[in-house]
Amino acid sequence: MKKFVNDPNMVVDEMVEGFVMANKNVRSLQDARVVARRDAPVKGKVGIVTGGGSGHKPAFIGYVGRGMCDAVAVGEIFTSPPANAFYHAFKAADGGKGVACLFGNYAGDVMNVDMASEMAEDDGITVKQVIANDDVPSAPKSKEADRRGVAGEILMWKVGAARAEKGGSLDEVIASAQKAIDNTRSMGVGLSPCIIPAVGKPNFTLGENEMEVGIGHHGEPGIKKMDIRPADEVAQMMMDIILPDLPMKSGDELCLLISGLGSTPLMELYILYRKVGKILEDKNISLYRSYVGDYFTSLEMAGVTVTLMKLDAELKELVDMPADAVHFKQM
Amino acid sequence: MTGEINAKEMVGDIVQVIEENKAWLSEIDGAVGDGDHGINMAKGFSMVGDGLDEQPDDIGSLLNYVGMTLLTYIGGAMGPIYGTFFMKMGKAVKGKKSIEASDVSGMLTAALEGVVKRGGAEVGDKTLVDTLHAAEQAFNKSVESGDALDKSLDDMMAAAKAGMESTKDMVAKKGRSSRLGERSKGTIDAGSASCYLILKSLGESIKRYL
Repeated sequence: MKKFVNDPNMVVDEMVEGFVMANKNVRSLQDARVVARRDAPVKGKVGIVTGGGSGHKPAFIGYVGRGMCDAVAVGEIFTSPPANAFYHAFKAADGGKGVACLFGNYAGDVMNVDMASEMAEDDGITVKQVIANDDVPSAPKSKEADRRGVAGEILMWKVGAARAEKGGSLDEVIASAQKAIDNTRSMGVGLSPCIIPAVGKPNFTLGENEMEVGIGHHGEPGIKKMDIRPADEVAQMMMDIILPDLPMKSGDELCLLISGLGSTPLMELYILYRKVGKILEDKNISLYRSYVGDYFTSLEMAGVTVTLMKLDAELKELVDMPADAVHFKQM
Repeated sequence: MTGEINAKEMVGDIVQVIEENKAWLSEIDGAVGDGDHGINMAKGFSMVGDGLDEQPDDIGSLLNYVGMTLLTYIGGAMGPIYGTFFMKMGKAVKGKKSIEASDVSGMLTAALEGVVKRGGAEVGDKTLVDTLHAAEQAFNKSVESGDALDKSLDDMMAAAKAGMESTKDMVAKKGRSSRLGERSKGTIDAGSASCYLILKSLGESIKRYL
């Protein structure tokens, strides 16, 4: 293991410390490992909270800021934050109109958010939730509720937070965020594993020329392992799985998010983008907005996730709203 | 009925057994998960150990303290599940310093019901419920047939071990490894293993005071 770490058990604490020092618009809480907007809670606005394990930078703390999340509960690497962290994030985010907790479908996160919501209710804070389940290969079509949440979470936060900024009620924020994720589908392909510092060795193995098709954001095995193919074939294979799942049809407009998993160069992401764009063009589906970069990673894993969100007038308006998070700025 | 139990020593033994088995728990977790079960459990239990001296002496308060600490600090799915496990056990023996068979039975049943309710797992899902359910059934059966408490505890520990081993050939239905389907077969579940270690440690502790 060759990493810039001190004590492998302290990586998350030391990262949060550095992150808060570097970014004046955010602060960390004393009572639990939470990063919040410096000006949170924003009076009269529904609070937007997410949280999850660390190791997905810039998710989750990079999305703290105006037009995105008010507070984020921070867990150990690839491990849900404890209920106590979500509870303090809710308290930090509640500006009197309740809190929308928008997070990914993982057993630990679901249980900790539920327990934290019960704790917050005792304090008079209303918390409602939307659980992202955009990862198509993680469960079959009839079992959508079992699917994991991956990079589509970013679009869910973007839409929910924009609704909150526009003065939406808690129910309206929840409805918009739910609509966003219901119209979002993702899929990943992994090329190399990653190393959790405290574990010290790769979390799975792949042959020299192998790729894991349908990989999860923690290295969870996907549909199959197969030999690496040219970028265009990989893009085609992913689109053949994602597109029919929504489904998308001629004339639709969409938002496309292509995220690297940590160590894949931006160059390769654009090579994949090129083919995805052509596939959509051939189907007369137009790209309304695109995001390409390391938006949701898995430590130093090599690979990609492709995320599509089918848009309507409401989603277009909300996705276009400005945002000023540390790692997500949009005019 | 046991003599007065040194509950801090009882909890201290669990802290130690988790620390000693940290690498093993992570290794079996790595076969189907992300390989950090041992690390997370050891982190949570070392925090339990750190604050132990300041706690009250009775068994109920100490078990509740263990649950609250795990819930507050370890995160993942194990925080809420083991948090519930220990808090429910603690509630079943509130204020007690010595216990009898009905207390142990109450602890096991409350822990099982709490964990099932919180995590939604059933027997056969390849989780710690397979260990806990087997242990609870065996203990109650032994008590009902009129065995002495030490025999019932032995039966409980043996059944917990068998429950853990039964997960080896199961297909995971809950949590992260459930996404693996058939590929989750062949290794025992890490949660069922830590649950066995905890129940064995508790059983041995109680036996020392008979």
